[in-house]
Amino acid sequence: MVFEIPHIPLGDGVEVIVEWIEQNLGFLLDLFTAIMNILISGIRDVLFLFPPVVFILIVTAIAYFIGRRDAKLAIGVAFALVLLESMRLWAISMQTLSLVLAAALVALVIAIPIGIIAAKNETLLYIIRPILDFMQTMPSFVYLIPAVIFFGLGNVPGLVATIVFAMPPPIRLTILGIQHVPKELKEVGDAFGSTPMQKLMKIEIPSAMPSIMAGVNQCIMLSLSMVVIAAMIGAPGLGYQVLAAIQRIDIGSGFEAGLGIVIIAMVLDRLTQSLTPKR
Amino acid sequence: MEEKTKIEIRDVSKVFGKNPKKVLKLLDEGLSKAEILERTGHNVGLYKLNFEIRSGEIFVIMGLSGSGKSTLLRCINRLIEPTTGEIRIDGDDVIKMKPENLRKLRRNKLGMVFQNFGLLPHRSVIDNVAYGLEVRGIEKEQRYEKALEAIENVGLKGHEDSDISQLSGGMQQRVGLARALATDPDILLMDEAFSALDPLIRSEMQDELLALQDRMQKTIVFVSHDLDEALKLGDRILLMNEGKAVQIGTAEEILTNPADDYVAKFVAGVDRSKVLLAEAVMKRPDPVISINSSLKVAVQLMKKHGISSIYVVDRNKILKGFVTIDKAIDGIKENKKIENVMSEDVHKTAPDTPLNELIPIIESHSPLAVVDEKDKLIGVVVRGSVLGALAMED
Ligand SMILES: Nc1ncnc2c1ncn2[C@@H]1O[C@H](COP(=O)(O)OP(=O)(O)OP(=O)(O)O)[C@@H](O)[C@H]1O
Ligand SMILES: [Mg+2]
Repeated sequence: MVFEIPHIPLGDGVEVIVEWIEQNLGFLLDLFTAIMNILISGIRDVLFLFPPVVFILIVTAIAYFIGRRDAKLAIGVAFALVLLESMRLWAISMQTLSLVLAAALVALVIAIPIGIIAAKNETLLYIIRPILDFMQTMPSFVYLIPAVIFFGLGNVPGLVATIVFAMPPPIRLTILGIQHVPKELKEVGDAFGSTPMQKLMKIEIPSAMPSIMAGVNQCIMLSLSMVVIAAMIGAPGLGYQVLAAIQRIDIGSGFEAGLGIVIIAMVLDRLTQSLTPKR
Repeated sequence: MEEKTKIEIRDVSKVFGKNPKKVLKLLDEGLSKAEILERTGHNVGLYKLNFEIRSGEIFVIMGLSGSGKSTLLRCINRLIEPTTGEIRIDGDDVIKMKPENLRKLRRNKLGMVFQNFGLLPHRSVIDNVAYGLEVRGIEKEQRYEKALEAIENVGLKGHEDSDISQLSGGMQQRVGLARALATDPDILLMDEAFSALDPLIRSEMQDELLALQDRMQKTIVFVSHDLDEALKLGDRILLMNEGKAVQIGTAEEILTNPADDYVAKFVAGVDRSKVLLAEAVMKRPDPVISINSSLKVAVQLMKKHGISSIYVVDRNKILKGFVTIDKAIDGIKENKKIENVMSEDVHKTAPDTPLNELIPIIESHSPLAVVDEKDKLIGVVVRGSVLGALAMED
């Protein structure tokens, strides 16, 4: 007789859980969907508030100021955005951008506080580590399946998958930043009689800022890459155009949309990087 | 200086590790720091310290690396919790304080200056200096006013809006000092505050601290591993070794009377001429002659003691001059008084003059009269005793 290791149907278990959640917590999911839709459309409305030319001018001005009045950043940003409009990709790009910003916003609002608490709490850190590993190494497509089941097709499932996918780096980098605040600076906080909250807000977070901002940057970049993938479950935008081009084997349209994604990525990357305080 | 006790250290011990109380028992049994580290993995920081720090003094904590200086300093504001013992500041035990009261104490009474300055890189000079006031909840306008005062006090006026990274090391530590002074604390804790500075700047900062102290009269606890610095700054010095107090005393007491071999070795390399003062090597001015006496008595006294000149003082021992034996004998023949033949051109010095300043004078003018600020004769320094004291170090 051959001894066989029994087969554990882990996949079946997950299915059962997903089904249960769908049936019993449906109202919560609906509420969440509603809130996310409001967020996305809110951001999109802001992005579409101005015609492209005005928008480009505004962003260029912002780039000029956060780039410490270095014209290089501003010129690069202006050029990239003009290119976007000249390919007639403006509207679809703003669709993508609104999803990216919404996802990154939600991810950061969750991730940064978690990171701060975990940096100070051994137990939470211990629990969170394997979860982060799991979230980061699981192929991103896999998130799409439960997202579709819970939230149907459209914007929200893509958003949720994106949030989950983009959260780990800012959590990790926030933990790292807070843990590496020099001991002497923390002693300064204590020696002058700061409360724990004052110490956090006036010393720890500001001196962890470079690391936290690196997390913000990564979060936004990952959001963008995931939003493109989320086109597979119906998220609108540049990703969808790429997907459609592949299906139609339309090289030109695929290349343009791809270039649009690269442009958005570069603009977002440079802008967030120049927001990072220098040491 | 007042002799009021400001900080009282009672039976303070600190062991780093998982089971410090148990390790304390081993220490009581007489095991050394090294043995304890080997057997238990515990690090002994401090062992049974008992002493007081007086109001208004600069108290220097000295010792080799690892002797427990920083640990002791950090116990005073409880950045480190001692394993046992009491630390009283103005009578209140810091160790028993609730967090709220401890915070109040740190905000109002204690200032600290750090070895690597501990400045917040994301803040300008003035916002660094104002940190302590900000934490107290003082309005911006008021705290900037006080911070500016502190910045002026340390000679950084005009730099208040600079970035920290634009400043040199010496200037950065001035910011650190200004930050500690801005809240006007009674007590300044300084951990190797000048060690990261190069020698010239360090010496400048030491002078500045002494000048500040003249104006402010704080109680300063200063950690240093540099003996010259300790001798220069310290009204009193605590010498530590392996977490224990080896000797407490003034610079002179430690130099002239080292408690044990450790201290003796420590002070062996010191330039004693900078530290030993005239009063340490002076002798009693014996004999002297009153200005109202006759010249005959003066001659008798000189002959009896085998000396060729004698100091003349008045009723209150105020130094008036000196008479040589030749002039005295001539004077007797001419029936003169002491004041007619004495020379008023006496070489004098103050009791707190260091020997290195005396050496060039004493070469040509021995003996030297030591007088207090009222010109009262309190001692004599002769060449032999100066050289003797300097030779003692070997
Ligand atoms: N957090 C800690 N954990 C364990 N051991 C410690 C800790 N802090 C200090 N020690 C140990 O306590 C002893 C005294 O250290 P302390 O830092 O007070 O020395 P120090 O006299 O200030 O030395 P240095 O001149 O190098 O600053 C040393 O043996 C050190 O290893
Ligand atoms: Mg130290």
